[in-house]
Amino acid sequence: MQKNNIEAKTVIQVSNLYKDYQTAAGPFPVLKDVNLRIENGDYVAIMGPSGSGKSTFMNILGCLDKPTKGKYVLDGHAVATMEENAVAGVRNKTIGFVFQGFNLLARSSLLDNVALPLVYSGIEKPERHKRAKVLLEKVGLGKHINSRPNQISGGQQQRVAIARALVNNPRLILADEPTGNLDSVTSEEIMALFGELNQEGITIVLVTHETDIAEHAKRQVRFLDGKIVQDTLTNSHSLNEVL
Amino acid sequence: MFSAMLGEAWHAMGANRLRTFLTMLGMVIGVGAVVLMMAIGQGAEASVKRSISAMGSNLFVVLSGPPNVAGARSATGNAPSLNVKDANAIAELDGVAGVAPVTMGKAQIVFGSNNWNTDILGTTPSYLDVRSWYLSSGYAFADSDIRSATRVALIGKTVAQNIFGDDIDPLGKTIRIKQSPFVVLGVLDSKGQSLDGRDQDDTIIVPLTTAQRKLFGNQLPGSVRQIIVQAESDKAMAMTEEGINGLLNQRHNIREGADSDFSVRNLTAIANSAAETTRTMSLLLGAIASVSLLVGGIGIMNIMLVSVTERTREIGIRMAIGARQRDILMQFLLEAIVISIVGCLIGIGIGVGGAVLVSIFTKTEVIVSTNSVLIAFSVAASIGVFFGFYPARKAAKLNPIEALRYQ
Repeated sequence: MQKNNIEAKTVIQVSNLYKDYQTAAGPFPVLKDVNLRIENGDYVAIMGPSGSGKSTFMNILGCLDKPTKGKYVLDGHAVATMEENAVAGVRNKTIGFVFQGFNLLARSSLLDNVALPLVYSGIEKPERHKRAKVLLEKVGLGKHINSRPNQISGGQQQRVAIARALVNNPRLILADEPTGNLDSVTSEEIMALFGELNQEGITIVLVTHETDIAEHAKRQVRFLDGKIVQDTLTNSHSLNEVL
Repeated sequence: MFSAMLGEAWHAMGANRLRTFLTMLGMVIGVGAVVLMMAIGQGAEASVKRSISAMGSNLFVVLSGPPNVAGARSATGNAPSLNVKDANAIAELDGVAGVAPVTMGKAQIVFGSNNWNTDILGTTPSYLDVRSWYLSSGYAFADSDIRSATRVALIGKTVAQNIFGDDIDPLGKTIRIKQSPFVVLGVLDSKGQSLDGRDQDDTIIVPLTTAQRKLFGNQLPGSVRQIIVQAESDKAMAMTEEGINGLLNQRHNIREGADSDFSVRNLTAIANSAAETTRTMSLLLGAIASVSLLVGGIGIMNIMLVSVTERTREIGIRMAIGARQRDILMQFLLEAIVISIVGCLIGIGIGVGGAVLVSIFTKTEVIVSTNSVLIAFSVAASIGVFFGFYPARKAAKLNPIEALRYQ
């Protein structure tokens, strides 16, 4: 894994990125020449109507999919050219995922759910549980570590998912419609939690189609027809932070 | 990492207990059948082998008859066509290690208030050598007893049991055979059942001449019912058989092409074919049992495939948070292996238990060898790996995006 010191301040560097889907009628372009740079500590909301390519872009950012053409450097790793096992390692250590549907393991306790990424980092059980406990306390669920996901509310489940995303101290949190399944009050709570995490220095990339959710981010990037058509700072944040 | 995965496998099995149990049942039945069948087969083989070695090795029996009196044939062994001189002549042949002429009959024996009816065997001291039969106590009669036709007897375990019981030492006691007093010189070692299930210990051995003159009488002096011949080695058997035929034909003045008044039977060949039969039987039993093991393996594969489909989303989540393909592969493979090994252990328990029950209720010999258990275990573990691998690989090859989207 090569690391480039010059890019250490840059978490995400996407240049001339293309993605085609193979269909029966031939290749169908989803992303066309996308360029994006996200600095350390940034908080970006990616917006756009469905079919605009934002989910595909998110999958590529999350190393779940590979671009057809172009360069994607994540925290110094040229992900597009890495082999599968190394990419799994990047997903494990560099990225924390938060999904719309929470995606917790229903059969496992909250503690085991949060500790799961550490299993794949080869960390021993006592340490796994210690770290998972600290994070569950941080998201306000320290009393429920032995509960199952179906015993707590949706908002609480999303907090558990956020704790899981944080457990391996990632540089980047990727959240795909994290409030899509939550009511407005709970959504606000979750967004407040993201805000806190960003304050602590974690870079956050958020996909949403709700403008009021996107308002929480410092920067809003809008996709349309596979291209970035808008890249602006949110009004409440000062222009200097990005420039 | 490994222990964490083992824990996961256990957890996953516990999540759907009935299904896990049913899947395991295929394995349990397969392994149980293999262990039980092998135990029965090996038991049969062992008891046949013991019968063979009890009979003595490389043996022929020369039977008198069948007599042909004016065209009417009677049973083999009834004609007085063999005698002690024939036996002595056979002893001179090349390749012959020992010869024992035998005459026999049934008689009532009495000791005190007990009586018993048993086979009386009149023979020479070499009989015990030829049959590899030893005494558990006392001593055998000698050639001098043959010459003077003394009333002495060696008694089998069953006879001793029935007329003396447990408390009386038979040695030196006088029993009555057909009203004549005989002194018990020795007690024969137990031989157990013969190949045809006869109790070989239910017998009394007396000197040949005593039997001929004092117990059964004789149409012709010196005639015997059969002559037991031991060849020096397995290789010498064919030569010895030919030698006996030639010699006796000559001694009995049988013309070439005419019917002999004796027959030579190769006991070892009979025993070997019996051994061969049991070996084939146990092989067949094992093969049939293996089929159920195979079916159990297919059951595991079937359920693992269902499980992979059911847990597609879980696989996607695991991949997203950093599981490598081989982690997923190991997880599902381990699950299949744990199912088959736990099933196998239960199966071994049931197989062994079944073998014990069979031996208790049917009184047949069963042998559960460490080998058969080890074989069953390793086969079951390999089946887990073999039939678990395809579903596990299918899980590992899933596309994480599609897996995450799976409902």
